[in-house]
Amino acid sequence: MVERVAQREARKKTKTSFIDCDIHNIVPSVDVLEPYLPARWRKHVETFGMRQHHGFASGIPYPKASPGGGSRVDAWPPSGLPPGADLDFMREQHLDVQNIEYGILNCLYPKVGELLNEELGAALARATNDWQIVEWLEKEPRLRASIVVPYENAEFSAAEIDRVADHPAFVQVVLLPRTKEPLGKRRYWKIYEAAERHGLPIGIHFAGLGGNPITSSGWPSFYIEDHTVMAQAFQSQVISLVYEGIFERFPDLRVVLMEGGFAWLPSLMWRLDKHWKRLREEVPFLKRPPSEYIRKHMWATTQPMEEPTNPKHLLQVIEHLGSDDMLMFSTDYPHWDYDNPDRAFPVRLPDALKRKIFSENARALYRFEGETRVSG
Amino acid sequence: MIRESASSTGQGHDKGVLIDCDVHNALPSIEVLYPHLSDHWRDYIVERGVGNLEPNYYPAGAPLSARPGAVPPSGGPPGSDLDLLRGQLLDSWDVEYAILNCLYGVQLVHNEDWAAAMARAVNDWQVAEWLDKEPRLRASIVVPTQNPEMAAEEIERLGDHPGFVQALLLVRTEMPLGKRHYWPIYEVAERHNLVIGIHAGGSPGNPITPVGWPSHYLEDYVSLAQAFQSQLVSLVSEGVFAKFPGLRAVLIEGGFTWLPSLMWRFDKNWKGLRGEVAWVDRLPSEIIHEHVRLTIQPVDEPPNQEYLLQTMEQIGSEEMLLFSTDYPHWHFDEREDALPVELPPELERKILVENARALYGI
Repeated sequence: MVERVAQREARKKTKTSFIDCDIHNIVPSVDVLEPYLPARWRKHVETFGMRQHHGFASGIPYPKASPGGGSRVDAWPPSGLPPGADLDFMREQHLDVQNIEYGILNCLYPKVGELLNEELGAALARATNDWQIVEWLEKEPRLRASIVVPYENAEFSAAEIDRVADHPAFVQVVLLPRTKEPLGKRRYWKIYEAAERHGLPIGIHFAGLGGNPITSSGWPSFYIEDHTVMAQAFQSQVISLVYEGIFERFPDLRVVLMEGGFAWLPSLMWRLDKHWKRLREEVPFLKRPPSEYIRKHMWATTQPMEEPTNPKHLLQVIEHLGSDDMLMFSTDYPHWDYDNPDRAFPVRLPDALKRKIFSENARALYRFEGETRVSG
Repeated sequence: MIRESASSTGQGHDKGVLIDCDVHNALPSIEVLYPHLSDHWRDYIVERGVGNLEPNYYPAGAPLSARPGAVPPSGGPPGSDLDLLRGQLLDSWDVEYAILNCLYGVQLVHNEDWAAAMARAVNDWQVAEWLDKEPRLRASIVVPTQNPEMAAEEIERLGDHPGFVQALLLVRTEMPLGKRHYWPIYEVAERHNLVIGIHAGGSPGNPITPVGWPSHYLEDYVSLAQAFQSQLVSLVSEGVFAKFPGLRAVLIEGGFTWLPSLMWRFDKNWKGLRGEVAWVDRLPSEIIHEHVRLTIQPVDEPPNQEYLLQTMEQIGSEEMLLFSTDYPHWHFDEREDALPVELPPELERKILVENARALYGI
């Protein structure tokens, strides 16, 4: 059944090209980083591994929905590499059939920001970015990528951004939402300085296990909880970035929320505005209502698509955002909760809005060349 | 909008126009508990110079913490004077019933025995100074959440008192509230037909956000909505409402506009991941509709009324919202802003009175 569906999908090429704001390439093993990783760190990984907050040597506390980091069952390449590690197969299964104009890679493995040893994280970030250039960006002109950084150390991160930001295919810096402290805190500001200096958005992408429990009441039992309440981690980062005045301090900074949902954003904007009105004297550096900073400085990718019980409510939510410029389509290839561009939206979008979500908003944010073709 | 009299809706109810599901009574001082404490715990407090156990949820000078005129002339904290409560709320708002949620810092101490003794004392003080003196008041049982067995004992002790209609938990706990650890509380609450009220507050050591401690009170207060969302996901995922089918929970002072988006995400994830939680045998949103209620203040109101009406419709049930003022905290300036949208009369009546009456059986 799955194979038949996959074959049918493959024959049916999407009519209109679009920009996919979230594709995952992964480093299949540290071995492929050998040309880029100093021997001292290769030996460290062999000897001590890559230690994180959770206690597992290689597993994770919440097993995902499927093997391969939660991948589509049909996304395992014939080459034997894991999903997201084989460029040819990605072209065949995704870039070509889906008619993708640009695809943005977010390399989530290794999780360089979650390693307890920040020096190792910095070395692996350098190696991963160099590997992305050679193995992905120089081989496939449709691809762009996010710079991975050891974000718990802002100095190391800023140095890495400065090192590779001039490569034209790096269009973003990627962090995970499960940080040690809220992202508005001063300890992260050097990352924003560097991103702003190079005109790069900060992307915050779903993932990570962090050192803090994902709820304010400790660790939940199940993956369905971890996955559902990851939206609250995103919400916490939005609250911190806005209320700490990051967009007053870094007026050109742009932030993209990736794979964290967006239906919660209107409600959060209302709440941020409401309580700011009563308590604003605590944050005198904010010059405007919080929702205005969000509409001006923040974007969100659409996968996993919000699916209201009544599909029409999705159009209400988009209207409640108060801006047609914030949403950008993404597939999350090759993961299990992948969104197909032809089927993801449960309701028909007005044509102008559809063009914005599928191409124009990303083109403007990432400053891509080209024009969006009219929908067929 | 709150009209001056609900009898104008033609469904006149002669006893009053609303039930206020979140009112805060405060201790004038720790000394008021002395008559209700054993010698041991009274000495413990006096010898160690414990000033009080007031939590920091509402900083004394912050505008949110007290509406104008809510500080008693006698000098105690806002909410500590019954006569002032009568004048500012019960009489002037024509309140039929008001439900007290006492937020003394019982749940924040690390000594379980002390917490249990303080909870007992606070509850006995509530009976003597509030419930016995004012028939319009109902109250929540304060429990030492630190030890669910002791919490269950306290609920058992008071569960048949007609003035107590609810057991009070705080939204920030040591563990997610769905965990078996807390089930003794639900077992006894269900048996006594008491509602579980989960109120903003608590601070047992976990940061309020999944990403650490924020800098500002403003962040802390706003982030409570995320704490409520996580607890709701836990209660449903762990099967609390399957194990205790008569149990109902009220989320108090955590907002409600986030509920539709949470239910959509939860339902969608359940479709893909339900095998992990087999006891969740129907859509999470259905379970939430049946077992969960939310108080309305503070309303995170959008820039226009239509959006709020749409959000209320997205909730998918007219039975879930309960009117509250959150007295003495200050969220709205004018009386009509307590319900900041014009509702169809039938829905307004449900929110003001009927949903609470059905839930609490009052």
